[in-house]
Amino acid sequence: MPGTFIHKFDTPVYKGTVNVSTGLFINNKFVDGSDTTTIEYVNSTGKLITTISEATAKDVDIAVKAAQEAYDTTWGLNTSGAERGDLLNKLATIMDAARDELAALEAMDNGKTFNWAKNVDVDFAIQVVKYYAGWADKIHGQTLETDEKKLTYTRHEPIGVVVSHILLASRWIMLISCQGTNNSIYDVCLEDCSCSCNGQYRRSEGDFHPLSIKSDIHTVVQPSEFTPLTALRMCSMIQEAGIPPGVVNVVTGYGNTVGAAISSHMDILKIAFTGSTIVGRKIMEAAARSNLKPVTLELGGKNPNIIFNDADLDNAVEWTSFGIYWNHGAACCAGSRIFVQSGIYDKFLEKFTEKSKAIRIGDPFGENIDEGPMSSEAQFNRIMGYIESGKTDGATVHTGGNRRGSEGYFIEPTIFTNVKADMKIVKEEIFGPVSVVVKFEDEDDVVRQANDTFYGLAAGVFSQDIDRAIRTAHRIQAGTVWVNCYNHFKPQVPFGGYRQSGIGRELGSYTAVKAVHINLGQRLS
Amino acid sequence: MRFSRCHGSHLRLLSHLTSRRTMSQFASVLIPGRGEIKVPTGLFINNEFVRSVDSQEVIDAINPFTEEKICSVVAASAKDIDVAVAAARTAFKTTWGKNVTGFERSRLMNRLADLIEQNAQELAELESLNNGKPVKIARDFDIGDSVQVGWADKIAGESLEVDNKTKFAFTRHEPVGVCGKVAPALAVGCTIVMKPSELTPLTALKLSELAKEAGFPPGVLNTVPSLGSVGGAALAAHPDVDKVAFTGSTVTGRKIMEAAAKSNLKKVSLELGGKSPHLVFESCDMDQAANWAALGICYNSGQDCTAGSRVYVQDSIHDKFVELLVSKVKELVFGDGLDEKSSGGPVVNQTQYDKIWNYIESGKQEGAKAVLGGNKRPGKGFFVDPTIFTDIRPHMKIVKEEIFGPVLSVGRFKTEEEAIQLANDTTYGLGAGLHSNDANQCMRVASALEAGTINQYNLLSNNVPFGGKKQSVRRELGSYALQEFKAVHWNFGEKLAWPL
Repeated sequence: MPGTFIHKFDTPVYKGTVNVSTGLFINNKFVDGSDTTTIEYVNSTGKLITTISEATAKDVDIAVKAAQEAYDTTWGLNTSGAERGDLLNKLATIMDAARDELAALEAMDNGKTFNWAKNVDVDFAIQVVKYYAGWADKIHGQTLETDEKKLTYTRHEPIGVVVSHILLASRWIMLISCQGTNNSIYDVCLEDCSCSCNGQYRRSEGDFHPLSIKSDIHTVVQPSEFTPLTALRMCSMIQEAGIPPGVVNVVTGYGNTVGAAISSHMDILKIAFTGSTIVGRKIMEAAARSNLKPVTLELGGKNPNIIFNDADLDNAVEWTSFGIYWNHGAACCAGSRIFVQSGIYDKFLEKFTEKSKAIRIGDPFGENIDEGPMSSEAQFNRIMGYIESGKTDGATVHTGGNRRGSEGYFIEPTIFTNVKADMKIVKEEIFGPVSVVVKFEDEDDVVRQANDTFYGLAAGVFSQDIDRAIRTAHRIQAGTVWVNCYNHFKPQVPFGGYRQSGIGRELGSYTAVKAVHINLGQRLS
Repeated sequence: MRFSRCHGSHLRLLSHLTSRRTMSQFASVLIPGRGEIKVPTGLFINNEFVRSVDSQEVIDAINPFTEEKICSVVAASAKDIDVAVAAARTAFKTTWGKNVTGFERSRLMNRLADLIEQNAQELAELESLNNGKPVKIARDFDIGDSVQVGWADKIAGESLEVDNKTKFAFTRHEPVGVCGKVAPALAVGCTIVMKPSELTPLTALKLSELAKEAGFPPGVLNTVPSLGSVGGAALAAHPDVDKVAFTGSTVTGRKIMEAAAKSNLKKVSLELGGKSPHLVFESCDMDQAANWAALGICYNSGQDCTAGSRVYVQDSIHDKFVELLVSKVKELVFGDGLDEKSSGGPVVNQTQYDKIWNYIESGKQEGAKAVLGGNKRPGKGFFVDPTIFTDIRPHMKIVKEEIFGPVLSVGRFKTEEEAIQLANDTTYGLGAGLHSNDANQCMRVASALEAGTINQYNLLSNNVPFGGKKQSVRRELGSYALQEFKAVHWNFGEKLAWPL
């Protein structure tokens, strides 16, 4: 019998008890792994919290069978869109009632503050589930005029057993597998989609959904930290909502066992993955060698955020701070390369520095805290390594640059200036609260610099000149461009990467979809 | 010679003079009944036919009817691929991509389409000479199907209601960059490095000539004939190619996807193999069902990924249907592609010929009964006469594997449920045909047939040909929505006259 994790929170921001079964979730039941082994669950402060049942390749087979059976009998083409929509709405309602609990688990897990987890991540996750509940009965094909003796139409059918790291709506079957590849987790879910909005839901939940938890971690250095608790808590909500057994299955295990088994599985018909480019490559290779399952990959980023002379300065400073410090920079979309035009550079840097220094670091469950610890020791060491490399390479530490305190993996918000294009801190994804600020003169030059990366996930443009803003947005090679805002996600808008930031939104077309968000007046304070 | 399926390559600009030691970049090809025509044999790069920068390798184009060499073309090396990609990148940044309007792209593509139409007979003859396909099929079915023009000026994104007081979002559909597939890519503004099949490079080169004549700027379309292991591999692994679209075998498709994963994570679209079923129910119009089934397997001598290579017939009409089908197929003449009487020609080369005959032998050995064909023809030419097997079992190689030749397996079923189970019992899922006059049955079965592939699923319902109008339901460019869908063609009146 799998264990239960019970924890009583008694903190300034949240008091309450959480109760999470720590088994695998297959056919709506919590079960032990086939080998009855467990994984030690260590949270962001390095404490052993509990143990979690470990899945192996055998369990993946069992979960896939369960998912396939559900697909063939109680889900897939056997339920109406209205029913699927109802169930998802019920799930959203249950999540809504448990906002605090989910946020507490998430904060304990990865070190983000309780308030941000609650007001950004969990809130967005609920919005997304509701949004896709609405799509469930709006799956349309097309009829195509060919000639009068022939009728041609398209049907958008569920694919079958699909794996993704995020919770999807509509007609899906999910096998969510939480995999601890060292300090990373990517949950994988079996979706059966083909609803016309794949790109949209997939994107949104990446780093936000409680199921996906901090999904992006690059290298995989030590094998124990991962964060499956919120996913497991979601499983009991899925039960409660009445989603039939087998539709959602969660198998928690390591990347080199469970992840590999999933990527090369012959009966999984699609994988959606959010995480590092290295792991994304491996998944695509395994898919190519096995059953050629399509993959959707949302990978890394080194995203430019461009501030022109004619920007609304205060607005630019606020959103830029949010762009890099949200989730302490541990986001694939983090705006970590900040380009500022010379006329506004000094003033911007001064105000941005003030903002950075004002960030309150501490216990994620403390009152008035903006930044918690990094999610693990490995991640902490990695970020500090980048900061050191910036110093060694001759960049100026404008502010920050140090560990905060001696306990916990806290890092000061750090700004580098006087950087060169070939420095590691300019080229590589750091995944922490570290940005570079670069002065530029003209538009052509900044576009060239912004595009000088093999990533292409997101970008920001700040300007009050509509021509310049739109022109620049169009010239940036990125899947998302925020104009006069940053990290401002909406469930309706597609997300995904150009270049090596991923494959997705629209496999099979010759166009790449760029989503442009224009802020018309929302102030951020 | 489906233009949109060609894969290209390119040539480097060198003068004719410098090439005198190796070969001219044009060859004279004798087409019986027409005379000599000039065919380019160099790599087409930056609107010029050129030699390889570092290789003397050539590819021999063989006539499968006579087994003789038609001419040789330059085989691109990996370095040539680099040159072509660089040309395509430059064009993308300067004269194509976001630098031209959809109207301009559309204008040029229309001119190309006109030129193709004007030259249809000659192109078809050249294609026939090189791959054995009858001229009338190449001209009337393939060439008419070639160019996607109308999309170029209809690229639309969406504006998305987010919050009417504070925020507005829209999507833009931008060209990906340097790609490996022609018509749809050109339409949206991508530039192309095309590697045509090494077996049939001639029409792709001839088309490149027409593209130049149409006025496409240098570098927009580059054609580089090359061996798959050289040029294909170089393209798949190239760090500056943004997308590769490949049509061909599952084995090669895997390699391309792996190379993409290992290099720059380029976008990949694959149209791979099939073992597509036809279901023939007792209520169908048998004569029409037999015509379409015959077309399904005989079209292009079965060398088509959507070939209907498994036919399952309801017990009550099985024997009668098989008899009818055999008589229909017998009416077709498989001969010289240049002869207007021919409805089928030889298969493309010796390798394919040997492979198909191995399958036919295995079918006999495993106990299937050849009710038509199955015997080799004396004389020259890679001919495989249409072969129909009955008494098949699910585990037989001829039932499970893609043969890519005019070899049909006919099985039987009792119930609709059994028919669906048989049809879905495959690792492929490209196409399917359904012949029934029971409307409810058509809807039920259409829904139950599974694809489970990365390809779009062409379900050809109620007496609809494979390969007929399937291009008309190409994955829609203007919508990122369509990741996987099933396209249903419902024929309620088009009769197929037989023989072709």
